[in-house]
Amino acid sequence: MKLSEKAEEILEAMWIAIEEEGAHFIEVEKIGIDPADPSFKELTGHALVEIREGHLYFRQDGKEEGRKTIRRHRLAERLIMDVLSIRGEEGDEKACEFEHLLKKGVDSKVCAMLNHPSTCPHGKPIPPGDCCYEARKSGDLGVLPLTEFKANEEGEIAFIQTEDSKKMQKLMAMGVLPGNRIMVLQTFPSYIFRIGFSEFAIDSYMAREIFARRI
Amino acid sequence: MAIFKKGKSCHGPQPDSSECKYKVVLIGNPNVGKSVLFNVLTGAYVTVSNYPGTSVEVARGVATIEGRQIEIIDTPGMYSLLPITEEERVAREILLKESPDVVIHVLDARNLERMLTMTLQLIEAGLPVILVVNILDEAERIGVHIDIPLLSKKLGIPVIGAVAKKKRGIPELRQRIVNFIFKGPVHFSYNKRLESDIAEIAALLKGDYRLSYKALALLLLQRDDEIARLVKDTEGEGYQVLEETVRQKTFERRTSFHQNLSMDRRKIVKGIINDVFSAPNKRKITLNERISRLTVRPLTGVPILLIVLYFGLYKFVGIFGAGTVVDLVEQKFFEGLFNPWITGVVAKVIPWEVIRELFVGEYGIITLGIRYAIGIILPIVSTFFLFFSILEDSGYFPRLALLVDRLFKHIGLTGRAVIPMVLGFGCDTMATMVTRTLETVRERVLATLLLALAIPCSAQLGVILALLSKTRGALLVWGAFMMLIFLLVGFLAAKVLPGETPMFYMELPPIRLPQLSNILTKTYTRMQWYFLEILPLFILISILLWIGKITHFFEKAVACMSPVMASIGLPKETAVAFIFGFFRRDYGAAGLFDLQTKGLLTPLQLTVAAVTLTIFIPCVAQFLIMKKERGLKTASLIALFVSLMAYGSGYILNKFLLMTGIM
Repeated sequence: MKLSEKAEEILEAMWIAIEEEGAHFIEVEKIGIDPADPSFKELTGHALVEIREGHLYFRQDGKEEGRKTIRRHRLAERLIMDVLSIRGEEGDEKACEFEHLLKKGVDSKVCAMLNHPSTCPHGKPIPPGDCCYEARKSGDLGVLPLTEFKANEEGEIAFIQTEDSKKMQKLMAMGVLPGNRIMVLQTFPSYIFRIGFSEFAIDSYMAREIFARRI
Repeated sequence: MAIFKKGKSCHGPQPDSSECKYKVVLIGNPNVGKSVLFNVLTGAYVTVSNYPGTSVEVARGVATIEGRQIEIIDTPGMYSLLPITEEERVAREILLKESPDVVIHVLDARNLERMLTMTLQLIEAGLPVILVVNILDEAERIGVHIDIPLLSKKLGIPVIGAVAKKKRGIPELRQRIVNFIFKGPVHFSYNKRLESDIAEIAALLKGDYRLSYKALALLLLQRDDEIARLVKDTEGEGYQVLEETVRQKTFERRTSFHQNLSMDRRKIVKGIINDVFSAPNKRKITLNERISRLTVRPLTGVPILLIVLYFGLYKFVGIFGAGTVVDLVEQKFFEGLFNPWITGVVAKVIPWEVIRELFVGEYGIITLGIRYAIGIILPIVSTFFLFFSILEDSGYFPRLALLVDRLFKHIGLTGRAVIPMVLGFGCDTMATMVTRTLETVRERVLATLLLALAIPCSAQLGVILALLSKTRGALLVWGAFMMLIFLLVGFLAAKVLPGETPMFYMELPPIRLPQLSNILTKTYTRMQWYFLEILPLFILISILLWIGKITHFFEKAVACMSPVMASIGLPKETAVAFIFGFFRRDYGAAGLFDLQTKGLLTPLQLTVAAVTLTIFIPCVAQFLIMKKERGLKTASLIALFVSLMAYGSGYILNKFLLMTGIM
C-alpha cells in the first residue's frame, strides 16, 4: 500500500495518541493538517481509519499500518541521529523525510544495521518488526535477562540495559560487567547471584536489565 | 602531569603542631576489614564522629609507630572514586580535603580482581597508595594463591598481604607507613581514543589539586558534579573552554562511556593479575556459605529471622535488659539504696523544700531524671545496641534486607530500609539520621514517617513489654494494632506520595563470626552518643516538670488534657505520661509504668494508653532530627499527622475493644 506522506503523518499522530497515550481517538483538528486535505479521504478510502463527529479512530488495518509507520519513523531517527550524527531540529526534519524511504524491506535492513534497537533517540519504544523477532530467535538465543535464569544456572554477562546511568555505574563498580561469569543462586524472594567470590542481591526489576548468555 | 600537593609541609621546622599531623587514610569496599585494621593500628584511642554535615560515621585514632604520632582515619565503604552514595561522597571528601600522607587501600584477597579497579583509580589519581591484601587466610583456605611481590612490582606501589584480625602483616604495614616514599603515579594506558580525550582535557587544567589531572579529567568525563564545581572554582576564567570541551566529549560518548571505561579498566586489571592470582577451578563450599544459604531461603530464612528476633529482641533485650537488669539497677539500686540515701543527703544540705523538690522530689532531677536515664533506659538501650552490633558485624542485615524487599516494596521502600527500621527499635532518633543512606527523597520521607509513627524505640518497647506482659492478650492486641498501622499507613503513604519505587541491590558480605572487640567498640560508641543526647534532655524535662509543679501549671495542663483523655477512655492521670511523652516517648512509657504499678489502669485502658503513646508524637530529639534531615515543613506535617493518628487510633481502638468486649 502506498500512502502519501501526509497520510503517514496522520497515522503516526494517531499511534502516539491512541496506542501510547491511551486515548480512544484523536480530534481531526489536533493533527495539524487541514481537515479538508485529501489525505484523510485517502485513509478512509483504504479502510484504515474512521472519522466520526470530527474524531479519528483506527480500524484494524489502520492500527497495523500505524505501527509500521511509527517504526519506520523512529528507525529513521536512530539512523539520522546516531549514525549520521544529524541532531536537533535538522535531525528531526531529515528523519521525517527519510522515514518515507524505509519501505519494502529497507526498514528491516536498516533495523539489522542498527542492531534491532528498541527505543528511538528520545527514548520512545520502537515497535519490533519481524526481523527483530527473528534475530532474537536465532542469533541471540542464548542472551536472556537474568529473570529467565533458574537457581544454580551459570552464564556470561552479555550486556546491561538500563536508562539510569547511576545504577549502571553502581552495578559495574560491583563487578557486573560484560564478559564476567555470573552464577544465579536464588530467584525468590530476591535474585541472588555470584560473580567471582562475591555475592549480590537484586530485585526482579534490576534482574530484568542484566542480560547474560547461558553456559 | 600528575600533581599531588600537600596542604602544608609536615616536615618543616615545627613538626609537632597538632594541626600538622602525619595522616593515614584507610579506604576500600565495605566489608574488607577496614575497621578491624583500624582497631589493630590505633588500639583504644578512638573517636567516632559524624562527618560534618552528614550522618556518616568517621573514626579517627592515633597510632604510635617508631615514636611518631600518626593520625589514622577510617572511611566509609567506597566502590569507586566516582561517588554514588552518601558514604562514598564522604570517603572521597576525606581524600580530597584531608591531604593524607599515605592512603591505605584495603581489599579482600578473594576479590582481588574486582577490587583492584579502585587501586588503579587511586594510583592514577596520584595518591600515595599502599595496598593491603586483607583476609588472606580465608583466601588461602579456598586455595587462592597471590604473588604479592609480583603484584607490588606490577603496580609500582608497596603491597602487603595481611590478616588484620590475626595481626598478620601488621608489623610490615606499620613500617611501610612511616617509611613511605612516594614515587609518583604509575601510568596505566586506556585505549587510544580515551587517552587522547583525557590529554585534551588535562591540557586545559591549570590549578592545584589533590588529584592528578588524569583522574580529574576522567571524573569530569563521567559527569561528576562535585568535581566540576571544584574545577570551576579553581580554574576561574579558563573553566568555560574546559566545560565546553567536556560537554562535547561526554555528549559524543553518552551511550557507552561508563561501560567502555569499566571494560578498559578490567582489561588492565586482567593484565596485572594474570600471573599474580590463581584460584582452583573447583569451588569449595565453606560452612559459612552453607549458613548464608539457609538465611536467605524463605523456607529456612523466615524461621531463622523469627528465632533471631525471639532470642535477640525479646529474650535478650526485652526479658534480660528490660527485665532482669532494670530490676537490678532501678528497683534494687535506685529505689532501694541510692534514692533514699541521696534524699537524706539533700535533706541535710538544702533547707528549702522547693529546691529540695528540684533534686529529689516527685519529678526531681536525680530521683526521676537520672533514675529513668540510668535505671530504665540505659540497660535496655545498651542490650539493644549490643544485639544490633552483633547482627551488623555478622553480615546478617543485607540478608534480612533481601528477604523483606518484596514486602517493603508495597510500602514504597526497598529492603535497604530494613536497617533504619530495625535500628528504630533501638533509637528512632538515630534511625531517622540513618534514613540518609536511602537513595531517594521519597524513601527517606516514607521511612521517617514510619519511624515516627509505628516503630517504638527500645526504651519504650522495653517498658511497654514489661507493662503489657502482665495482662493477658494486651501485648497481642498492641502488637497486631501497631503492625496494622505500620502496613496500612505505609501502603497508603506510598500511594499518595509521588515518585517511583526505587530498585534494590546490595552486596552480600560473607557471613562471619563477629569480633568481640569490634562489637564492644561499636556498642560503646553508640551508647556514648545516645547517652550524651538523652541525659541533658532528661534533666531538662525534670526541671520543666518541677517548674510546672511549683507554678501549678502542670495541674492545669493535666486538667486541660483530661477531656481528651476521657474521650479515649483513659483516666486523667495518664495525661502526665502523655506530657512526659512529648519530651521523650520512653519517658512517657516509663510514666505509664508508674501508673500501672499504682493500679490506676484497667487492662483495656492500659492497652489503649500503650497504643496511643507508641504512635504519639516522637520525642523532642527525634523531631529536631526530622527537622534537620527533612526540613521544617515535612517534619511538622509528619508530627501533626502522627498526633492526629495517635488520638484517632486510641479513640477507635477504645471503641472497638468496648464494643467487641475482647478485653
